[in-house]
Amino acid sequence: MSEWLENHLPKVVLAPSFIAVLIFVYGFIGWTAWVSLTRSKLLPKYEIHGFIQYERLFDSPRWDTAINNLYIFGALFIVIAMVLGLLLAILLDQKIRVEGAIRTIYLYPMALSMIVTGTAWKWILNPGLGIESMVQGWGFPNFEFDWLVNPDYAIYTIVIAAIWQSSGFVMALFLAGLRSVDGEIIKAAQVDGIPTWRIYTAIIIPSMAPIFLSAFIVLAHLAIKSFDLVIALTGGGPGYATDLPATYMYAMAFSRGDIGQAASSAMIMMLVVFAIVVPYLYSELRAKND
Amino acid sequence: MKRFAFATVSTLAVAAASSVVAEPQAEVLHWWTSGGEAKSVAVLQEEFAANGGTWTDMPVAGGGGDAAMTALRARVLSGNAPTAVQLKGPAIQEWYEEGVLADISSVAEAEGWADVLPASIAGHMMCEGTWCAAPVNVHRIDWIWANADILAANDVEMPTTWDEFNAAAEKLQAAGVIPLAHGGQAWQDATVFEAVVMGLGGPEFYQKALVDLDPEALTSDTMVQVFDQMRTMRGYVDENFSGRDWNLATAMVMNGEAAFQIMGDWAKGEFLAAGKTPGEDFLCASTPGDGYLYNVDSFAMFEVEGDDNRAGQELLAKLIVAPNFQEVFNLNKGSIPARTDVALDAFDICAKISAEDMGSTSAGGSLLPSYAHGMALRGSQAGAITDVVTAHFNSDMSSADAVQQLADAVANSY
Repeated sequence: MSEWLENHLPKVVLAPSFIAVLIFVYGFIGWTAWVSLTRSKLLPKYEIHGFIQYERLFDSPRWDTAINNLYIFGALFIVIAMVLGLLLAILLDQKIRVEGAIRTIYLYPMALSMIVTGTAWKWILNPGLGIESMVQGWGFPNFEFDWLVNPDYAIYTIVIAAIWQSSGFVMALFLAGLRSVDGEIIKAAQVDGIPTWRIYTAIIIPSMAPIFLSAFIVLAHLAIKSFDLVIALTGGGPGYATDLPATYMYAMAFSRGDIGQAASSAMIMMLVVFAIVVPYLYSELRAKND
Repeated sequence: MKRFAFATVSTLAVAAASSVVAEPQAEVLHWWTSGGEAKSVAVLQEEFAANGGTWTDMPVAGGGGDAAMTALRARVLSGNAPTAVQLKGPAIQEWYEEGVLADISSVAEAEGWADVLPASIAGHMMCEGTWCAAPVNVHRIDWIWANADILAANDVEMPTTWDEFNAAAEKLQAAGVIPLAHGGQAWQDATVFEAVVMGLGGPEFYQKALVDLDPEALTSDTMVQVFDQMRTMRGYVDENFSGRDWNLATAMVMNGEAAFQIMGDWAKGEFLAAGKTPGEDFLCASTPGDGYLYNVDSFAMFEVEGDDNRAGQELLAKLIVAPNFQEVFNLNKGSIPARTDVALDAFDICAKISAEDMGSTSAGGSLLPSYAHGMALRGSQAGAITDVVTAHFNSDMSSADAVQQLADAVANSY
C-alpha cells in the first residue's frame, strides 16, 4: 500500500488540477468551437449549421477593422516596447547612480491597471483638456494633436498608452538578461579594445536571444487579449475605429445577444494565439530533447 | 441538493396554499441603480411591501444592462429564473421563444390593460396573444433640446424642418456657438440617425427601413439623403465630441456652449436637476418631421414555481400598470406613463407635449418603436445598423457607400 502510494503520490496530487484544466480550459474550448458552428443567438443552441458564423464574421467590415487594428497595434506595440525596453535597460546598465530609484520609476506604470492607464491617457490625449489645449495655451494656436478623436489615428493612441504601460516591464526583463551575461567575456573584449557599442551588438545582445523570445511571447499575448485598455481609452471609437477582436467578441456576446458570432470570433483569436505560441513551444521542447 | 430543497419548499408552499393564501414573493432583476432611477424602483418596492409582498431586490449595474443580461442568462440556464426582469422591446419576444416567460393574461384582462395602453405599446407586451410583460413608462426619443437664451440672442426659432435646422445651425456657427451638442458614442449617433430617418423619410419610410428592414427602403434615395444630412450635421458638432457621455453634451446646452441636443427625454432630468425651467431656460420640441419614437421600459414575467412566487408576480404586474405607480415613477424618471388615463397635472410641459403627441400619433399610426434603443429590432440587426451609422458619422465614408454597407450589414446579421 505505502509502496503504491509512494509511486503514485505525484499523480494523485496532480490529478485534481489536471482534471480542472481539462474541463475548464480544453472542455470549454471544445464547447466554444461547437457553439461557433451553430446559429446560437441569446442562449446557446447545439444544432450544427456549418461555418455560417465564420462566413458572417469574414463578411463583417467591423471584424475587418478589428483584425487590421490587431495587426497594427500588435506589431507597433511589440516592436516599440521591445526597442524602448532594451534601450532603457542598456542605459540603466551603465553603472549609474540611483539606479534602483530610476528602475522603480520606469517599472511603476506596470503597477497600474489598464483601466487606470486608459483613463489617464484619455484625459492627456483629449484635444479639449490635454496636450493639445495645453500647447495651444502656451501660445501655439495652430498646434494640433487630435489622434484620439481622429478615426484614422485613434488606434495609435492605444499603442502609445500600451507602450507607456509595458516598456518598463520589458526593461526589467532585459536588464536581468544584461546582468546575466558573463562579465569575463565583456572584460576580455574591453581588454582587446573593442568599442562599447560593438560589445553590445556583437556579444551581449545575441547572447540574450531567449530573453527576446520571452519578452515577445509576453507582449504578443498582451496585445491579442487587449480589451480593458481600449474600453477605457476610446471605448472602441470613434465609430468602431479602435475595435480589437476582444472588444468585438464582447460586443457580440454581451450587448447583441449573438453568441454564435462571439464564439466564432473567439475561435479565430485562439488560432492567432496558437500561431504564435505553438512554434515557440515546439522550439522549446525540441531544445530540451536535444 | 439545492434543487431538492427548492422542490421541497415549493411542495410545502403548495400544500400550505390550499389552506392559507400564499404570501406574494418576487425577485426582481433590474439595472435601475443610479439616483433618480433607484428612487423610482424604491416606489414600487414600497407599494409591493404595503400589499403584503416580500420583495427580493436583484440590482445588477453596469454596461447599460449588459451585465444584468449576463446574470439573467446564467439564472435561466440554471433553471432558476427571477420573477420579473427589466426587459424591453423584441428582447421580450426573444426570451419568449426560449420558452421561459409566464402568462399574466389573467391580471391584464382583469385590469383592462388593453383599454388603457396605446395599441403599438401593448403589442410589445404580448407574446403570441398572451400578456407576458408589464410596461412601466414611455420615453420619447425624437426630442430636440435647446438653450432658450442662445436661440433668443441669435434670433433663431425651434426648427420644424431639417432645412430650418441646417439654416439655424449655420447661423449659430457663424455666431461662434456650437450648433449641436453631441457625444460620439455609437448609441448616440444612432439616436440622431433615427430622428433624421423619421424626419426626412416620414413614419412610413421609418417603418419600412428600420422596423421591417425592407432592402429597397434601405438602399433608397431617401436613405442616401439621410446619410447626407448626417454628414452635414457632423459639421455642426465640436471637434472634441468623440466618446463624450450624453449628460456632458446636455451640460453644454445648459451652460450655453452649444445650442441644440438631440436626445431622449432623460436629458430633461439633467436640466431639471440643475434647476432649469422648461419653456424658460431650455426648450423642448419633437425633432423636425411627423411621428413619435418611443422607448418603453417594461418588466417581463418569467415562469416561476410555487404559489407564493406566482402570487407575487401577479401582484407586481398589477401594481406596475396601476395609475398610482405609473404617475409617481414617471415623475421621478422624467418619462410619461404608458397608460393614457393618468392625470398629467403634476407633470411638466415637455411631458404634457409628449403625452399629447403619443395620443395623436397612436391614432394616426405613426407611434413607432425606436431602433436605437432596442425597441424595433433584435440585438444583432440593430447592432449591424448602428455599426454602419457610427462608421459613417465618424469617417469620410460617402452616403452611397454607407447605404450599400447598410443593406449588406442587415443581410449579414441573421
